[in-house]
Amino acid sequence: MKTLLDSKKFNVVIQRLAHQLIENHGDFSQSVIIGIQPRGVLLANRLVDYLQVNRSLKLKYGKLDITFYRDDFNKGNQLIPDQTDINFSIEAKKVILVDDVLYTGRTIRSALDAILDFGRPDKVELVTLIDRRYSRHLPIQADYIGMTVDALISEKVKVYWAENEGEDKVVLLNNVIEKPKK
Amino acid sequence: MSLSTKHLLGIKDLKTSDIELIFKTADNFKEILKRPIKKVPTLRDTTIVNLFYENSTRTRISFELAEKRLGADTINFSASGSSVSKGETLIDTAKNILSMKVDMVVMRHSASGAPHFLANHIDAAIINAGDGTNEHPTQGLLDAYSIREKHGTLRGKKIAILGDIMHSRVALSNIYCLKKLGAEVTVAGPPTLIPKHIDSLGVHVTYDIKEALNWCDVANILRIQLERQNMPLFSSLREYSLFYGVNKQLLDSLQKEITIMHPGPINRGVELSSDAADSHHSIILNQVENGVAIRMAVLYLLAGKKELE
Repeated sequence: MKTLLDSKKFNVVIQRLAHQLIENHGDFSQSVIIGIQPRGVLLANRLVDYLQVNRSLKLKYGKLDITFYRDDFNKGNQLIPDQTDINFSIEAKKVILVDDVLYTGRTIRSALDAILDFGRPDKVELVTLIDRRYSRHLPIQADYIGMTVDALISEKVKVYWAENEGEDKVVLLNNVIEKPKK
Repeated sequence: MSLSTKHLLGIKDLKTSDIELIFKTADNFKEILKRPIKKVPTLRDTTIVNLFYENSTRTRISFELAEKRLGADTINFSASGSSVSKGETLIDTAKNILSMKVDMVVMRHSASGAPHFLANHIDAAIINAGDGTNEHPTQGLLDAYSIREKHGTLRGKKIAILGDIMHSRVALSNIYCLKKLGAEVTVAGPPTLIPKHIDSLGVHVTYDIKEALNWCDVANILRIQLERQNMPLFSSLREYSLFYGVNKQLLDSLQKEITIMHPGPINRGVELSSDAADSHHSIILNQVENGVAIRMAVLYLLAGKKELE
């Protein structure tokens, strides 16, 4: 197991992402932030918290569950959905999707389908804490990247959150035997 | 987490955890039904046949809408106007339809046990949409779900089921569902319409409607099923309405406010008067709305289950 980000660096990265968002979105009057359930919401919470508390910005912030849009339903998965909570219109807004790890790109593909069912946004952008390079199954890229990681398929990048696991950190786990993704 | 059963034939066979899982999933579908595009692509590779051997408005539309909002392909079959009138048997009809690659069957039949019989002979997942006087599981689920929505929980709540208990599959599914979720149940109606050993299901029995109404938090009023009664079980509709009908005046005379439910279709002025059915006590239209979300949850969970095996 190798630590890629410790708790101190972890928070520096989140603050950098928040500032990059300000650079492109200004006062966020035309932008909305959508965290992808379950773990993208944790990153979105941190970003929104920083922007609201330290930058006094007013944000529209929602949570999106993508279970019903996945491409692996009926492929041996019975998935129980999380809550979706988007109580504002995304019509003609800039949507900032937030997820913790960008890996195959399939989650983001599902999220794009899901978000378009809420209206027609002007633009959709993607924020990710970890970008696992060279492992995409689909042509999907992030606009804001916390850290780029090159890892083998047999390795797993795991993000720990203080809210859930008691500590903020990102680690690389070796030889994780995962169910093969179809 | 997944359902413990491959088919939904009745609430009797469900575990409490199954019911809770269906409710939790239905919460998600309720949210989807409030979106600008009320549809998800989850079951786009699934074909569902609605096999209706008996008339239906709500259940049939509700199932069809639930199927379409999940992206499934649907086929509608009704016995009238089909080869059933030429004498084709139930198994033959079902097998012929399934050979056209259908994954799930939603079925209503006038014979109790028909879906259980079919489940033993064909491969597809079967959802009972009402079989004779046995069960109507999705109605039981949506009734309990609607009470949970209004009152927060079922545990310790007092539910009265009034009217034609004898011929009602809604009553039986409701009793199983409510008891499993920890509610207390009383059935009330004329003695001729209450089955003899119904108390063995753990329900209280009374023949006095007012006593039941004074006791309960929620009253689920059932339709008098004239089409299933082949002998006179009460003298006249007028007499029934007078002694067992629920109206606004009766509701106003109670010490507390109670919630009124009805599975539909209402015989207005017989078991339930218009002023009570359309009053603020009533959650009848919420029941119908919740029906789509509940049926989406059942279809979603059973479709996923099928592939796990």
